[in-house]
Amino acid sequence: MQQIIISGVGGQGVLFITRLLAQAAVDQDRHVLISETHGMAQRGGNVVSHLKVGEPRTESALAETGAGRRSPRFEFSSPLIRPGRADVLLALHADGLAVHRHYLKSAGKAFSNTQDAQDSNALDATRIASRLNAPVSANLVLLAFALASGELFCSAEHMQKVLNRSGGRQLEMNLNAFRAGLSAAREKLKP
Amino acid sequence: MSKYHILLGNEAIAYGLVECSCTLAASYPGTPASEVLSTLLGLKRQHALDLHAEWSVNEKVAFEVALAAAYTGRRAAVIMKQVGLNVAADPLMSAAYTGVKGGFVLVVADDPGPHSSQTEQDSRFYAMMAKLPVLDPTSPAEARQFVRMAYELSEQFEIPVMLRPTTRICHARQDMELPCFSGFRQTPAFDRNPGRWAATPKFRLMLHHQLNEKIESIAQQAQFYPRLANDDPLRLAAERGNRSGSVCILASGVVFAHTKEILADLHLYDSIPLYQVLMPYPLSAGFRQELLRRYDKVLVLEETSPVIELQLQNKEKVLGRTNHVVPAAGELLPEVVEDIVRKFLDLPSAERIEPPNIAGRRPTLCAGCPHRAAFFAIKKAFPKAIYPSDIGCYTLGLNLGAVDTVLCMGAAIGLAAGFYHAYRAGGVDHPPIAATIGDSTFFHAGIPALLNAVVQGTRFVLVVLDNSTTAMTGHQPTPAGGMTVDGHQVPQISIAEIARACGVRFVETADPYRLPEFIDLLKKAGNHTRDADGGIAVVIAKRPCLMDRTQPRSWTPRNIVINDKCKSCDFCIKHFECPALQSPGEKMPVQIDRTLCTGCAVCVHVCPNRAIEIAG
Ligand code: SF4
Ligand code: SF4
Repeated sequence: MQQIIISGVGGQGVLFITRLLAQAAVDQDRHVLISETHGMAQRGGNVVSHLKVGEPRTESALAETGAGRRSPRFEFSSPLIRPGRADVLLALHADGLAVHRHYLKSAGKAFSNTQDAQDSNALDATRIASRLNAPVSANLVLLAFALASGELFCSAEHMQKVLNRSGGRQLEMNLNAFRAGLSAAREKLKP
Repeated sequence: MSKYHILLGNEAIAYGLVECSCTLAASYPGTPASEVLSTLLGLKRQHALDLHAEWSVNEKVAFEVALAAAYTGRRAAVIMKQVGLNVAADPLMSAAYTGVKGGFVLVVADDPGPHSSQTEQDSRFYAMMAKLPVLDPTSPAEARQFVRMAYELSEQFEIPVMLRPTTRICHARQDMELPCFSGFRQTPAFDRNPGRWAATPKFRLMLHHQLNEKIESIAQQAQFYPRLANDDPLRLAAERGNRSGSVCILASGVVFAHTKEILADLHLYDSIPLYQVLMPYPLSAGFRQELLRRYDKVLVLEETSPVIELQLQNKEKVLGRTNHVVPAAGELLPEVVEDIVRKFLDLPSAERIEPPNIAGRRPTLCAGCPHRAAFFAIKKAFPKAIYPSDIGCYTLGLNLGAVDTVLCMGAAIGLAAGFYHAYRAGGVDHPPIAATIGDSTFFHAGIPALLNAVVQGTRFVLVVLDNSTTAMTGHQPTPAGGMTVDGHQVPQISIAEIARACGVRFVETADPYRLPEFIDLLKKAGNHTRDADGGIAVVIAKRPCLMDRTQPRSWTPRNIVINDKCKSCDFCIKHFECPALQSPGEKMPVQIDRTLCTGCAVCVHVCPNRAIEIAG
């Protein structure tokens, strides 16, 4: 199972990114449980999604219950992630790193959208998206960047399929942003 | 493609209602409950359902509309947030006595935290006060199942049933299989029975006795009995010789979900009995006796008040809020639950990573929001006024210093009147009073207050912030729209006409984007409150919400630039707070974020140095 925090400020598409990840998980036959921020905070305040993703529902995900029965192994029931438990933090806004970092476990990975992207897991996604004339797609640039690292439960290829299927008027723009995130990741990885 | 679909808790509840062939649903929007009715409307369109769904003017009216449908034997539902139930408390109490014929489910979403509410009140206390059963779901999928159980219970005992999800259920998402909808016919039949539907006090006593009998039998319904969640693991462990001790945990709602996961993480799920209380009220007396006989210590975890705990009536064995084992306020986040559980079980405390002590980003009105212009004008026209305000996006006028009070829906007007009387009776000249209320809030609870203020000879300026929608909760229509949710034309209700009919003689409508004119109008309104034959002045600030895509934009966006007169005083940032105006650093001229700027051009009038202008 994987626990993921997606943080940002209202209007950045935190819910959109959460839903894409959740759909990718369900396509792989995994259970998901999500907690979202709605209401007042969506007007430009800090928003955060908690996402729990289970293992694919294969034989190995079943446990012996005694009496010869087999039932799904218990993975999670709470929609919230406790501090110090998240495997991955996606910070769509630099603020999110400070506000939500405490959710990450010590070995966890944070991917952030920041202007000064020194850290190998940081990227100026807003600038990249703006260059594509789609500043609102910074969220997808960062998502692709994070997926390219291999730290998340699903691959960039799989996500691209999910994105393709999601359709919508912005599809072309979204795919462009996604691809830009992937190439940014390749750039960063260059020695 | 997976057969599993990801549903929001509120969507799951809507699916549950449709699965059960609910024929009428009424609601007033409010976080965290709003998506239930909007999902129903979508399903209705998609599947051409035989369902009347409406956004009612307020929760009391919604309750009554739905109740009458249930009086005729049809399944109905009313949906609201917890403070909405305060408004609908009157019909709630009485409906418990009359009961229903068709199934009647009251969905009330509580908001521990609180995240988007004035209070953390526990609606289960309302269920207890009214003597109605209440179900407390632990997940979106369960919320959907509970709708069915609620309908069956409601019809079996002819009683309204409350379903009480909390924010973490309403706004959780979970994968589940979608149902197929197979409606059944429900013919409306209202059987006249004045002794029941129009009962006088004498009959009311009889109805009360009947209600007591109903609630006693409901407490004994096996399928609503608290469930031992880890029966299997405990038994297996017992077979292996591991005996569970004499302590147990009782939990309900999402707190149960947290607790289960924490016990599993601590490897205690096969040794500490965990009961799920699916129906916190009425709690079976038999269960209570058995529980207290079996265990020496019982920890009760529930949100947000000790409803189960109080019914257990034992302070020695039962630990919870009444003996401060569980905090008396705030959400029971999983980390809080973990601390409590560890302490209860004498385990070392967890290494708790405290959240950073930073304020984070406060929410603010959207760039180009017409409310910002109206508030700025109000501050200009009445710099030292008292500013009673109300509930909606415009509560964020707080950031601009133009909101002094936020109490409950419609209170801006009642409080404005009260402030006036307080100063007048105190024998001092009253400061200007400039109240603000949104259009939807005005319809919801503002009208009786305005009428009352007029007939009590009160004087103040009331600005109705009319953006033709209920913006905060996701743009639900208002009675001014002139259209039902099915697209039928109905009369448009005019706020100006209502204000006049309430006896207000100064009623003017203007566009807050035209800031200088708007400020002048406010001053005129202020004069009316001081004139010898003056009184209350109502100014309607009319301009559609920018985020509501269904509304026409009768405004050409202007290209705004900052010229070299900017002195970096940050006045516009501090006192106007448009997110599109940004300071790149101290002593640096302000910049415009093109991705956010909507070109409303209001800021042009805000800068004292005339540094913001329309290009070209
Ligand atoms: S949603 Fe509409 S009313 Fe609310 S802050 Fe934004 S523009 Fe203003
Ligand atoms: S024109 Fe001025 S006030 Fe309007 S959105 Fe742009 S920066 Fe904000």
